[in-house]
Amino acid sequence: MEGREVVLPTVSRVALCGGTHGNELSGVYLVRERLKRKRKVEEEDHISVVTVMSNPRAVQQCRRYTETDLNRCFTHATLSGPVTDKTPYEIVRSQELNTLLGPKGSPEAMDLVCDLHNTTANMGLCLIAYSDCDWISLHIYRYLQRQMSDIPVRFIHFDLPLNEAYSLDSVGKHGFAIEIGPQAHGVVRSNILSTMQEGVQHMLEWVHLFNSGTQFEGGKVDVYTMVKNVDYPRDFETHGITAAIHPQLQDRDFCLLRPNDPVFQTFSGETLKYKGTEPLYPFFINECAYYEKGIALSLARQRSVGIPSIRSEREGEQGKRKSSADEMEEEETIKGEMEGEGYQKLMEYGEESDSLNGQHN
Amino acid sequence: MTARRVAIFGGTHGNEMSGVTLVNLWIQNGKEIHRKGVETKPFITNPRAVEKCTRYVDTDLNRAFTTENLSAPSGDDLPYEVQRAQQINEIFGPKGSPEAYDVIFDLHNTTSNMGCTLILESSKDHFNLQMMHYIKKAIAPDSCPVLLTEHPLLKYSTSRSVAKHPIGLEVGPQPQGVLRSNIFESMRVVLKHALDFIELFNEGLEFPPCTVDVFRVSEKMDYPRDTNGNIIAMVHPNLQDCDWEPLNPGDPMFQTFDGTTLRYEGAGTVYPTFINEAAYYEKQQAFVTTRRETLAAGAIKKT
Repeated sequence: MEGREVVLPTVSRVALCGGTHGNELSGVYLVRERLKRKRKVEEEDHISVVTVMSNPRAVQQCRRYTETDLNRCFTHATLSGPVTDKTPYEIVRSQELNTLLGPKGSPEAMDLVCDLHNTTANMGLCLIAYSDCDWISLHIYRYLQRQMSDIPVRFIHFDLPLNEAYSLDSVGKHGFAIEIGPQAHGVVRSNILSTMQEGVQHMLEWVHLFNSGTQFEGGKVDVYTMVKNVDYPRDFETHGITAAIHPQLQDRDFCLLRPNDPVFQTFSGETLKYKGTEPLYPFFINECAYYEKGIALSLARQRSVGIPSIRSEREGEQGKRKSSADEMEEEETIKGEMEGEGYQKLMEYGEESDSLNGQHN
Repeated sequence: MTARRVAIFGGTHGNEMSGVTLVNLWIQNGKEIHRKGVETKPFITNPRAVEKCTRYVDTDLNRAFTTENLSAPSGDDLPYEVQRAQQINEIFGPKGSPEAYDVIFDLHNTTSNMGCTLILESSKDHFNLQMMHYIKKAIAPDSCPVLLTEHPLLKYSTSRSVAKHPIGLEVGPQPQGVLRSNIFESMRVVLKHALDFIELFNEGLEFPPCTVDVFRVSEKMDYPRDTNGNIIAMVHPNLQDCDWEPLNPGDPMFQTFDGTTLRYEGAGTVYPTFINEAAYYEKQQAFVTTRRETLAAGAIKKT
C-alpha cells in the first residue's frame, strides 16, 4: 500500500437518515432536531447534507415498522417490484426513498448514505457496510476511531453483492449504517444520543476535509466480517424459545467466543455451549428485533484490512480516478496539504420537502 | 383470612418477557409454583399482545380495570383489552367481592433501573406488608424496594386489583421484547419467596408486627415539551439509571438537545423511580417522584 494513492471523486452529496426503524430513537431525535434547526448556508465547499426521516409512519407509532421491515426492502428485486394498493407501506416507501436518494446503482445516487440505528445489544458504535474495500467508508471508520475515545468503534462487514444488499445505506454510491447500543427501543438515553451526534459530526468533518483535498494516509484497520447467525433453541411444536442468552455471554459483544464457551441457559438452568470449532466474535447479542428473525446472536471473523492512502480528485483530474478498489492506481504520491480551513463551515441543509419525510401519505 | 386461591399473571403487557416466559413455563409444568394448601394458577392475561410482542393491542390492559369498564355491557365492539378485563374479572373476581381471588401476583418488566421492585396498592394491606417484609429479609443483602401506589389521583386500575391482595412485581432494566437471564432469575427467586411465605401462612405460622420501609408515589414528572407537544429534553445523564436515589432541589433532571441542564425545583428531597420507562413517553411521564415512609403491619395469622 505504501507509496500508492487512490484518487476518488468528491463526496458532495450526503444523506443522513433516521427513523428507518421507528423505535430506534437516537436517529429519530437527531433527524428531528436537524430538521428543526434547518440552516441554509451558502454552498461553498461543495458538500450538501440532506436529512431524512425514513419511516415516518413507524416513527409516529414508535414501532420498528408498520407492515414489514423497511431496512430489508432495498434489494434490487424489491425496489423494482410492482406497486399496487395492497403493497405494504414500507415497500412503497423504499421505492420512494430509492427515487429520492438513488436510484441504487446509478450515477445519480447520493454519494454517501448514512443510516442511524440503535440496538439493545452492547455493541458500542459500529459502522455496518457491505464492502470491506470501500475506502471512503473505511477511512471514515478509522477517523471516527481516532476521534472518539469514549466508546469502542468497530466496522462490521456483511459480504453481500450490491443487488442482494437489502438495507437503506446500499442505495448510495457509498453507504453504511451507524449502529449504537445498548439502548432499549422506544427510549432516548442522553449519553447514547450524544455519542451519535458526535459520530455524525466527525463523519461530516471527514467528508469536508476529504473534499477540500486532504490526503488521508493508508494503513491497516480491523474489520469484523459476518460469518453466521445463531438462533435460540426452540420448542419443536410451539417454536417458542426454550433458553435465554447465558449470563456469561450477555453484554459480551466482540469478546471472542471459543468452542465450549457458554451460549445459552435453558429455563431449567442447563448451560448450552458453543459447538462450533472456530473461535468467532459475537455481536448483536440479544437484539430485541431479531427474535422474530431467528437470531439470538451473530458471529464474525476479525481481519486486518489494508487501506490505501486516498484523496479527492482535483479539477481536471476526472477520468484518471478510480472508484472501485480492485486495482490500485500507479500514481505519483502526492503530498497533500492539510487544508484544515474552517471545517466548521460545513455546508449542510435539511430539505424539509414533504416527500422527503414521507408526510404526503 | 386465608390465602387459598393465588394467581400469577404474566403478559399483562405482551412485550415484558420475564413474566410471559415464567407463566408459560408454569402452565406447562407447575411443579415449581406448587405449595401445600394453595391453588396457584399461572395465567396469561393478554394473549393477543403476547402473540404480537407488543404492550397492548387497543388499550393498556393494566389501566382497564375501572368500575366503568367492568360494569359496561359486554360486546365485540369494546376494545380488546376491555373485553379481556371483563373476562379476567369473571374468572378471578368479581373485584371487591368475597369470591375474588385471595392473592394475585402481576409480573412486569421495565426499561428503568428499578431492580426487583414490589408494588403495593394499599398502605393498610397487612398481609401484603408482611409478605413484602418476609421477601425483603429473604433476599437480603440484595434489595427489594417497595413502591406504594396509593394516591388520590395517580392510582391506576390494574389487572391485579381484581384480587383482595394485589402484588405487582416490576423488574428492570430490561428492554421490551428482550429476555435477559439475570432479570428472569431475579423475578423467579422473588416469586419463590412469596409463595414460601404463603405456604408458611397457610400452615398457621403467626407473623408478629413489623415495619416496612416504602416509597410512596408523589408526583408524575413529564418531559419538557414544545407547544406542539414534542419532547425537547431527555433525562439528564446524572439522573439516568438512578432510580431510588435521592434527588435534591437543584440537582440536574433533564438535558435539552442543545445541552442545557434543567434542574429539579421541588421543595425537598424526593426519590425518583420509573426513570425513562419506554412505555411512559406516551403517558407523559419521564419519571415519578416518591417519598420515603415507614408503614406498620399488625400481626397476621391464618383464621
